Amino acid sequence: MATVTETVEKKHDSRPRLNPPKRRPGRAIPTLPALVLLGVFLAGPVIYSVYLAFTNRALRGEGSSETSFVGLENFRTAFDNPEFWNSVTLTLIFTVLSGVIGQNVLGMALALLLRRSATWVNVLTSTVVVGAWIVPEVVAGYLWYTFLSDGGSLNNLLGFLNLPSQDWLIASPIVAVSFANVWRGTAFAMLTYSAALSQVDPALDESAQIDGAGVIRRFRSITLPLLRPSIMTCLMLTTLQTLSVFGLIYIMTGGGPGTDSQTLPLYMYEQAFSFGQLGYGTAVALLLLAIGGVAALAYLKVLPEEDKR
Amino acid sequence: MIGGAAFAVPIASALAGCGGQDTASTLRVSYQQFGSGQVMRNYITEVARQFSQQRPELAVDLVPLVAAENDYFTKNDLMMSSPRTATDLVYEDTFILNSDVAAGYLRPIDDYLADWPQWRYFQPVTRDAVKAEDGKRYGVPTSTDTRAIWYHSELFRRAGLPVPWQPRTWADVLTAARTIKRRLPGVIPLNLYASKASGEKTSMQGFEMLLYGTDSTLYDQDARKWVLGSKGFLDSLGFVRTLFAEKLGPPLNSALDPNLSEQINNAWFPQGKIAMAVDGSWISSAWREGASGEWPQAAQVMRMARMPTQRGQAPGMVTLSGGWLWALPAKASRPDLAWELLKVLASTENMTDFTVADGNVTVRTDVAAQPAYRNGSPFIPFFTDLVKNTTYRPALAPYPQVSNAIQIASESVMLGGSPAAAAKAYDSTVTGIVGPDQTMREA
Repeated sequence: MATVTETVEKKHDSRPRLNPPKRRPGRAIPTLPALVLLGVFLAGPVIYSVYLAFTNRALRGEGSSETSFVGLENFRTAFDNPEFWNSVTLTLIFTVLSGVIGQNVLGMALALLLRRSATWVNVLTSTVVVGAWIVPEVVAGYLWYTFLSDGGSLNNLLGFLNLPSQDWLIASPIVAVSFANVWRGTAFAMLTYSAALSQVDPALDESAQIDGAGVIRRFRSITLPLLRPSIMTCLMLTTLQTLSVFGLIYIMTGGGPGTDSQTLPLYMYEQAFSFGQLGYGTAVALLLLAIGGVAALAYLKVLPEEDKR
Repeated sequence: MIGGAAFAVPIASALAGCGGQDTASTLRVSYQQFGSGQVMRNYITEVARQFSQQRPELAVDLVPLVAAENDYFTKNDLMMSSPRTATDLVYEDTFILNSDVAAGYLRPIDDYLADWPQWRYFQPVTRDAVKAEDGKRYGVPTSTDTRAIWYHSELFRRAGLPVPWQPRTWADVLTAARTIKRRLPGVIPLNLYASKASGEKTSMQGFEMLLYGTDSTLYDQDARKWVLGSKGFLDSLGFVRTLFAEKLGPPLNSALDPNLSEQINNAWFPQGKIAMAVDGSWISSAWREGASGEWPQAAQVMRMARMPTQRGQAPGMVTLSGGWLWALPAKASRPDLAWELLKVLASTENMTDFTVADGNVTVRTDVAAQPAYRNGSPFIPFFTDLVKNTTYRPALAPYPQVSNAIQIASESVMLGGSPAAAAKAYDSTVTGIVGPDQTMREA
């Protein structure tokens, strides 16, 4: 899936080196094997999958014995298909709800609270939150399935308290998986914001406090503007991560009931591996990549000029 | 990808698990290994031992593909699509056979079958099941499964219903379910798989057990077209609708759970929480000694009834069969040797041992006559007798997608949607999958 690598160039010190080495093309020779490997195993499959998206390659039926180039046919099929649009909608709901809002707001809140709290609280909270993040996706999915399912621990707890039972996995599956994803992914946002907050000079905050600014005002006028670059980075990364979540949803609901939680990665999987339509599945994958690309571009647009380094 | 090919060859052979053996003298057999079952592995290992005695110069390599149903087909297809990875023998589900033949993955074996004395022991209906659309045969069936209504005889007696019980029409089934509901509150009267989460169970054990008991069908073999807008389709959806609207089925949150089958077989039947379930011959394996739902009394308590047709029309019963077969990939280079091995795999003794160990229904008269098979399980004779009237699913390439459309239609009426709307959505989906010229309206 889409990965974003950010290279942050360190500002090297400005003293000129005594005799800077000349850059000759020959110096690149030692990197050739690595480049060839990257070309074969990374760029190769990427290019091949782009090509696949324009063919009718299938494991079964038409396009399995003879693969032919079909141009934009796969994309047309997708755009005419209500199931595809259902998946796009669900993907956007899932991403906004669990990635953009859930993980970032909760992560920020945790980071702000932990800044002021005692060390042992800090250690304890961080351990729990990061623990949720480092368990494998499959384990997290299964934990939530057993928690929310009909005979699961949540309903047993509710029954013990004489409260009505819930059936989220069936009534509102996309909300259920969003919750699970918030639970699982908040650690990343929390760690990013904690690191960013530790860079903020407390003196700024104190002087604003002396000037009579309240908590909310201080957060809005001092902390937020200073954190803006890291907020944007964090938003972008959580968005791209959330767009491609597969395992968690697959374990919890399998995309069901019906197609009520079938986000694009699950739709793609069903088309390519359950129905054997490799060409169409790959085309949908490219469209998912495009959605991620648009989101990344939008975030970059919002970033102020001086922060784009 | 020219550069890739040079790299891929040594890596692919390393991945294929050849373990440094000389591939020229090794026959490779691929099969599905899912969960902790060892039945298949033990069977092929034993056959490989016998085969090595006949042909000491040859080794047999087991290639287990660890995957659930759909993923197994996908992995198998990917392996068969290249001469470098194709194994010499593959284990295939009958319903994927035609798709794989159309894709050019398999080799016809009529010439081999002609000289094989065992072939005449196979039931005619199974001999046709391995015939592709081109009229050639492509596989040797191993065993099959059939479907019927399982019922809990103690609950039936408590509800005042007759035991043994054999319904003649759908109405009889519903009447029995209503009686259970009235007289045994808290007991689930009948399960019929109807959700998308249950996947192929919903299509085959659920909807198609109804549809093939009506005057309509799913696919017209003569016209070679998918049938749309049929009355039988609507009536079958109507049955599902009635079942759930009158609360004669499991509660919705269980019915929508992908683990419903485990729940029914391992918990509800042994605990007497469900009275009837339309399901396959294999579910009794859950009650065996050491199995997850161990239940020594199952043999006394559980009974079976044939699934009736809609209004009792001939032949008066419905059952569907799946089943598996051994086939020879077209891109494998040593079909003669593979056939030698296949003959050992399909010998009467080996096939009897395998069918008994796997708890399946045989498709062969020679195996059915073996005492080991007859006395293997108290339930097997009943299911074996159903084979002669069985129906196979249309083994065509679009079937998995059509099946998915059936599941969606079935689930929507289960959740209270109207059968007419669900059937209309199904018609347009299927038209989209196979194209308008591959469909027909019911006359």
